[in-house]
Amino acid sequence: MSERPTHKFRLYVAGDSPNSVQAMTNLKVFCRKHLPDQHEIEFVDVIREPRQALSERVFLTPTLIKLSPGPMRRIVGTLKDSGALREILGLPPGLEV
Amino acid sequence: MLDHSDPRRLKNRTMKKNRASLFQPPAKAPTGIAGLDENLRGGLARGRTTLLAGGPGSGKSLLALQTLVYGARHLNEPGIFVTFEESSQRVIMNASKFGWDLTSLQRKNLFFLDAQPTADLIQSGAFDLDGLLAALTAKVAEMGAKRLVFDAIDVVLSLLGDAKAERREIYKLHEWLLTHELTAIITAKEDANDPGHLGFMQFMVDCAMTLNHDIVQGVSQRNLRVLKYRGSSFEENESPFVIGDQGLEVAGSRFTGESRILASNERVASGVARLDTMLGGGYYRNSSVLITGFPGTAKSTLCGAFAEAACRRGERTLFVTFDSDANEVIRNLASVNIRLQRFIKSGSLFTKSARAINGSAEIHLMRIKKLVREHHVRCLVIDPVSALAKDGNLGTAHSVAERLIDWVKTEGITLVCTSLLDNKNLTEMEGTPLQISTIADTWIHLNYLVCAGERNRGLSIIKSRGTQHSNQVRELVLSEAGVTLADAYMAGGEVLMGTLRWEKERAERQARRAAEVATHLQRIKAENDEAEIKAQIRSLQHDLEVKREERNALEAAAATRSEEMSRDRTLLRGLRKADGSSLKK
Repeated sequence: MSERPTHKFRLYVAGDSPNSVQAMTNLKVFCRKHLPDQHEIEFVDVIREPRQALSERVFLTPTLIKLSPGPMRRIVGTLKDSGALREILGLPPGLEV
Repeated sequence: MLDHSDPRRLKNRTMKKNRASLFQPPAKAPTGIAGLDENLRGGLARGRTTLLAGGPGSGKSLLALQTLVYGARHLNEPGIFVTFEESSQRVIMNASKFGWDLTSLQRKNLFFLDAQPTADLIQSGAFDLDGLLAALTAKVAEMGAKRLVFDAIDVVLSLLGDAKAERREIYKLHEWLLTHELTAIITAKEDANDPGHLGFMQFMVDCAMTLNHDIVQGVSQRNLRVLKYRGSSFEENESPFVIGDQGLEVAGSRFTGESRILASNERVASGVARLDTMLGGGYYRNSSVLITGFPGTAKSTLCGAFAEAACRRGERTLFVTFDSDANEVIRNLASVNIRLQRFIKSGSLFTKSARAINGSAEIHLMRIKKLVREHHVRCLVIDPVSALAKDGNLGTAHSVAERLIDWVKTEGITLVCTSLLDNKNLTEMEGTPLQISTIADTWIHLNYLVCAGERNRGLSIIKSRGTQHSNQVRELVLSEAGVTLADAYMAGGEVLMGTLRWEKERAERQARRAAEVATHLQRIKAENDEAEIKAQIRSLQHDLEVKREERNALEAAAATRSEEMSRDRTLLRGLRKADGSSLKK
């Protein structure tokens, strides 16, 4: 399993606002289910780190940035459907496991 | 639930503090756009939010940016421009032609934030603008920003998807702006199909304005209207504006102008000496003079005479021509001995050929104002001002002309303008298309009088406020020597002009000459008589002398004779030796 690439994510949240909390939960659940032991998630709180949000031009929260593998992609929102995540990861839209 | 550490409660308290200040009249934050500040009675509401709505290309972003630039440059109020639609490069590029020098401002007092959603953005579930506000909070603190623009908020709102989320985020933005006491402008596109979609924002903000851009008969007309302004009076009518070469220029309301008008008793020459006499000394300084007449009645010539007189006094003069090129006008005036070329060279006369086709009445007014200010003009000629009312401008031209006349007064400028009368106006001979005649101070009318197969120019003063003007019709005579007014003769109730006047004048001249000759002859005759009598006196006197001499000679002869006789007697007695006594007996 270790030869499979690690998925790196950065999730921008705004403190503990409802949308941000939901996005955190949804992302964690998704990764546990589909990418066990193959993911790294960095959380950035825009309220504590506004400069980073500014330099990466993240103004809508929550925003998920997929850093690797492949090109960087962004998803804005609570990640309530896994379709968007599957799309940026290039996973088949298959059935929920 | 009501935990005291709840940040929302904390926010509510700061909000309450801000709300309390809403009961005081708002302090003003000038936009630097002169006419707009007049309409807003000083500027935008300081520390409050203004909603600026309008269709695409109506000038929203420009107005917002110009306000930021003014604050940053002149009031040391740093500003942040948040773009949701265009990239900041595009905004900067679009503004480059206005000479605002954004690059130098960007070092310190002006910041552009590109917040437009990326094209490949994938959306999954609800989101909010907290990230933006967090980033802005940091930036506002860093710069000490006082002004902020959210440009094209509608773009990001439409992403939110549902009306409830839109409202929530807008209220959040608004509260954030109030908390940070930012003078803010939110621009939003007006949707013609859904006029109500900005409704809740209009209720929320303290000030709301709309911009619109119409094409009326092919002529661009831009208007600005203030819809509401909490705690302040404002101009409620639409104000025309143009996008000039230094940014937006808004036609200010007359509110602030009126008190500044100075009524002057000084007179300035009209350039035609006898016209000055008719007016009781000339036009009033700071007044507006309207010259009406049909084509060819020498309206431009009177303008030229005024301009020449002004230049001779050393006053800077602007001559705006609409129907013909200024150079042609100058050349034509030289034929009646009005020589303006030398004043152009010496820098006291400025000309502008403003053909009526290239812009709306508003644009012309702006250009004229700009030239007047640039050249510090004291006398202004507009020939003809009726050109403002060409197709597509009829609606605005009257207000433009009215504001022009008001404005020149506040600037201390003497205005002479002409208005063409054409066949359409024939029925109302002495009315003008723009009704300027009612607001002009002096109204001179020129017309043709046809009599005895001739067409001659007649001049009459229809009104001249504050002067005892002549009520007579005079003949305007143009010649190589210049412009003069001739007396019009009355004969059998008719005004005599042209050849008839000349004949009448000649007859009078001849009669005068004949009388002069007769007097001369009588004098010569009297002199002759006198000389003759004197000669006679001299001749008689001569005779008298002769007679006196004769008499003297006779008397002398007589004396000699008696003396001789007595001597002879003595001699005889001596010879006779007779004594005296016998001789005596």
